[in-house]
Amino acid sequence: MKILVCISKTPETTSKISFTDDNSEFNTEGISYIMNPYDEWYALVRAIELKEQHGGTITAINVGGSSNDVIIRKALAIGADDAVRVDTDPSDAYDAAAQIASYAQGKDFDLILTGKETIDYSGAEVGSMIAAELNLPFISLASKLDHDGTTAVLERDIEGGVEVIEVTGPLVVSASKGMAEQRIPNMRGIMMAKRKPLEVIPAVETETLVSTVSYSLPDEKGGVQMIDPDNMDELVRLLHEEAKVI
Amino acid sequence: MSVLVVADNSKGKFKKGALEAVHYGHLVAQLLGSECHAMVIGEADQPAQLGKYGAAKVHHLSDASYNHFDGQRYLAAITEVAQQIGATVVILNHSSAGKSLLGGLGVKLKAGVVSGANSLPDITDGFSVTKNVFAGKALATIKVNSPIKVLSLMGNSIPPQEVGEEAAVEALSVADPGSSITVKEQKTVDGVVPLPEAELVVSAGRGMKGPENWGLVDELADTLSATTACSRPVADTGWRPHHEHVGQTGVAIRPNLYIAIGISGAIQHLAGVNQSKTIVVINKDPEAPFFKAADYGVCADLFDVVPKLTESLKKFKAS
Ligand SMILES: Cc1cc2nc3c(=O)[nH]c(=O)nc-3n(C[C@H](O)[C@H](O)[C@H](O)COP(=O)(O)OP(=O)(O)OC[C@H]3O[C@@H](n4cnc5c(N)ncnc54)[C@H](O)[C@@H]3O)c2cc1C
Ligand SMILES: Nc1ncnc2c1ncn2[C@@H]1O[C@H](COP(=O)(O)O)[C@@H](O)[C@H]1O
Repeated sequence: MKILVCISKTPETTSKISFTDDNSEFNTEGISYIMNPYDEWYALVRAIELKEQHGGTITAINVGGSSNDVIIRKALAIGADDAVRVDTDPSDAYDAAAQIASYAQGKDFDLILTGKETIDYSGAEVGSMIAAELNLPFISLASKLDHDGTTAVLERDIEGGVEVIEVTGPLVVSASKGMAEQRIPNMRGIMMAKRKPLEVIPAVETETLVSTVSYSLPDEKGGVQMIDPDNMDELVRLLHEEAKVI
Repeated sequence: MSVLVVADNSKGKFKKGALEAVHYGHLVAQLLGSECHAMVIGEADQPAQLGKYGAAKVHHLSDASYNHFDGQRYLAAITEVAQQIGATVVILNHSSAGKSLLGGLGVKLKAGVVSGANSLPDITDGFSVTKNVFAGKALATIKVNSPIKVLSLMGNSIPPQEVGEEAAVEALSVADPGSSITVKEQKTVDGVVPLPEAELVVSAGRGMKGPENWGLVDELADTLSATTACSRPVADTGWRPHHEHVGQTGVAIRPNLYIAIGISGAIQHLAGVNQSKTIVVINKDPEAPFFKAADYGVCADLFDVVPKLTESLKKFKAS
């Protein structure tokens, strides 16, 4: 089975968020980046499990600059066989998707995996865009995935439960929690990763369809109002009269 | 020129977010001086009612083979309708279905996409909308440069309002491209409001000590008719089912009321809940970080204070 896993980077989750240039740019100073947890913990690990069951190859792909190589090496250390970096800073989700689709076109991947969303911009767009570009079916938010080489059986998170789905032939899947358990790269994996191929390819031309023009910080909370534990009637009154939520 | 809103439904009933999306579509159409059309796919109770929220016309694809969500066939159907009516803005609910379709629609319509928009567009200089980024730590204004725009509306951003009468419903048939997707089964819990749609949520964390104590949480939730949630370690250790896990790696919610019991308020937890309108935190540690994100705080032993809160609520409900 030939599997392509799309990996993106995101600021480390506890990063302090600030902006520069009149709030038009994200301030990257002091920010350390990690592999997007959905890509690392679920999509990549499930790909490795499927390879362990059925054989095959796993290629990790990232669209980004050379500073992303650290994250790509980590994917190789966890267990991808080889990697590709499309050498451009994607201008929007469509750019990232078009680059990945252009690489995947004609390479007969049985399965293309993405994370359900990148946790910085929470787009949840790139997977469905790749699928549409390649005219493949897309299953979003999959918390379970089995694949025997021809047919995939998935569980997809829906409001209040899951949906069991079967898909025959190649497909694109976005992974949500539950698809696999996080794996920590071991020493051997890290050593091997250094020798695994990381191909850098040029980007194709795309149109920029959306752009972020400014950022702002959300309104500060007014501060917490502490309630006497022996007076829960007061809390109920405030929820009813002041917050008007009950 | 028109605005097309896809009003998704579950087992024939419109989701709350679908009504919000229709009303939002109506407001966008007003801004642009165009008309709001709603599209309904599969069986639906009274599609005409979407007119009340602002749809001037409802297109209903009622063929029973569309009752189950199928990303491939839905995408083809929506694309066809959007092109037919010349939609310049297509609006989806930011639901499981919306998230599956959004990017694909962008590609098919050559449209820029904004997922999880939470405000009306600003059209003074082009077309831009805001959305939450960095797990709610910031708000970004995104400008869409393409002639056609595809948006999904974040739940609980725009309250749905009744503005009109029932709308005319037009039966729809579309070309069926076929599909390699088969939906085998839907496993949903009936009778409870699913977390992403819940207005009232009672959530608990490791402070509960063990699953045997959840009766306290359930009783409070029942009294409020609230949906229950939990922190990640609670789901990971199997005290509660995974679908209750809220936060950055779980479900992101924005109910009107979020009551957090015995949860420390780690940044990854807050990421999924800090958009709640009102947050109540019950924790015995005055230094718990959650208090900083709370509107109301109770610093006490949860085993003592939760039953008292439930009692007070019962009294309030009875009065
Ligand atoms: C990349 C990443 C993603 C993550 N994603 C998520 C996520 O999506 N959701 C999530 O929840 N976590 C997530 N986490 C984990 C998160 O960092 C915290 O570890 C977790 O939220 C803590 O859960 P908790 O508050 O239930 O437990 P604890 O941190 O152990 O807190 C328990 C709280 O209960 C209080 N308490 C104890 N006994 C009592 C009592 N008798 N009465 C009153 N209060 C009491 C304590 O004072 C304490 O504040 C993530 C972590 C990482 C690294
Ligand atoms: N620059 C990128 N390079 C490779 N994969 C990406 C990139 N951006 C997004 N993805 C993939 O698409 C998924 C969804 O991303 P998004 O649409 O940005 O939320 C991520 O979890 C990744 O798997």
